[in-house]
Amino acid sequence: MTTPHLQIDANQASSRGALTELIQETTALTRRLFVQLKRRPSTLIAGVLQPLIWLILFGALFSKAPEGLLPGGMSYGRFLGAGVIVFTAFSGALNAGLPVMFDREFGFLNRLLVAPLRSRSSIVFASVIYITTLSLVQSLAIMLTAALLGYGWPGAGGLLLVLFTLLLLVFAVTALSLGLAFALPGHIELIAVIFVANLPLLFASTALAPLSFMPVWMGWLAALNPLTFAIEPIRAAYSGPLDLSLVLLDAPYGAVTGQTCLLVLTVLTVGLFLLIRPLLNRKLS
Amino acid sequence: MSLIVLDHLEKSYGTISALRDLSLQVPEGCLYGLLGPNGAGKTTTLRILATLLAPDLGNVRIAGLDALKDQRDVRRLIGYVAQEVAIDKILTGRELLELQGDLYHLRPKQRNQRIDELIEMLGMDPWIDRRCGTYSGGMRRRLDLAAGLLHRPQLLILDEPTVGLDIESRAVIWNVLRDLRDQGTTVLLSTHYLEEVEALADRMAIIDAGTVIAEGTPDELKQRLGGDRVTLRVREFSNEQEAETIRALLDPLDGVQNIVINRSQGHSLNLVVDGEQVLPRLRLCLEEAGLPVFALAQSRPSLDDVYLQATGRTLMDAELAIAGQRDPKQERKQAMR
Repeated sequence: MTTPHLQIDANQASSRGALTELIQETTALTRRLFVQLKRRPSTLIAGVLQPLIWLILFGALFSKAPEGLLPGGMSYGRFLGAGVIVFTAFSGALNAGLPVMFDREFGFLNRLLVAPLRSRSSIVFASVIYITTLSLVQSLAIMLTAALLGYGWPGAGGLLLVLFTLLLLVFAVTALSLGLAFALPGHIELIAVIFVANLPLLFASTALAPLSFMPVWMGWLAALNPLTFAIEPIRAAYSGPLDLSLVLLDAPYGAVTGQTCLLVLTVLTVGLFLLIRPLLNRKLS
Repeated sequence: MSLIVLDHLEKSYGTISALRDLSLQVPEGCLYGLLGPNGAGKTTTLRILATLLAPDLGNVRIAGLDALKDQRDVRRLIGYVAQEVAIDKILTGRELLELQGDLYHLRPKQRNQRIDELIEMLGMDPWIDRRCGTYSGGMRRRLDLAAGLLHRPQLLILDEPTVGLDIESRAVIWNVLRDLRDQGTTVLLSTHYLEEVEALADRMAIIDAGTVIAEGTPDELKQRLGGDRVTLRVREFSNEQEAETIRALLDPLDGVQNIVINRSQGHSLNLVVDGEQVLPRLRLCLEEAGLPVFALAQSRPSLDDVYLQATGRTLMDAELAIAGQRDPKQERKQAMR
């Protein structure tokens, strides 16, 4: 065995700036998540495959729907596209809490909590960066497939609107999922919540059918469902000239414009982050 | 000078009291052993030192810092090697060390240089670029030790570092701990192996039921017990009556204590003698009674005896008693955040 040189140096670290340290730790934690993804890509693949199957099978199922059934004479495939894009981002972001939950359960989180992190928010930042990238990549894959199936492609302005809307939704759902990851006792419970939340939220939205198809009670549900507020602007971005002041949804409680949709998503995102903050502070302190 | 000062710590989990008025001082630069059975409160004590847990009552000072307030500064000083090695199975050992270096804000060049040093020091070269999921227990423990040493802490805390390890890994870890101590690092480790304390520790404390019941150097503790342990026979197998006769003969002698008849060893007698002159007197006494000594073995008190004296039971009995009371579900909950 060689003689080690292990002089203590307790002071070496304090010479670096706060921001440099924050970036260093966040980068390292984010890199870890991406290395995991690279070596175990099944979540990425499944996350694209599932919405793809929806798109193809559901699109085919209703492909013979009579012309003029849907608002604006849209084909069903094009109508469905927006819903499936949002569903992809949504279910991707809903999984954000899983890696954190596993770190809690396997004790890896303790390793992070023993380290002199500049801010423990870096653990949350890393998750948000990772899951946002992942969800957007999955959504883009679905958008490309939809385009190949002839369901259209938004213009440049429309594409920006799509990405912005998805970003808001992903932030909101990520906040929710991270909150659950710290509030629930284990991954079994978290997976159960994800499982139960996923499909009903899809059905009780305007992803698969317009409000006018639904009974009144379900129309209310769909018109309150956050997914609807993401689906409608994206559908609008696909169907032509961009105008956010147009009414996109004839909700039972009144007309909803594109601006209102984005406002609701913004309020939801901010609200959820404020809601989980005390929980994260308690669990990470 | 004391690097660690624990002052009247109290901690309970629900109705279960884990620490009861625990006070302890660890001098700087020594290798300190916390000995106690499972469930005695060792892990709770170490988790409090590692800033993972706050006591309900009491003060914790490390290197003059208040560990309950200046947590970030304390974390810089400490390397903590937990009992359940938490590694990421998907990463390679080297990637895990790189992550660890970044969490302690080492500069990349310095980080990589230290990783290389530790790989050599702990003999990790053949497998460090394999995924952690393929490692044996010994490899994991070595990797975790390396992670704890990467930022060159002033204080290294290890929770049962050699439980269930192969002999080679254990020897590697022991040597590294000794080297660290020689170079000025304070090392605090918990263990329920007597021989580990015997082999390593400069000072030790025995913890039982959440409090310190004996403290000092291993030699001090043994000497404090006083006397040598003697095992005595007058023939290969005595009967009980003869053993009782001998006990009656020896009991009045000055400097003879704690006579116990060991039924499972052919009614041999275990006793404690104080001072050099006692044995000749003892031999003479038995000869005069027509029962000359057939065999006599004498030994210094061991840490086992120290433990027995301090707690009234052997370490093994304590482990068995506690094993039945543990609640794995509750313990997992405590470790989770």
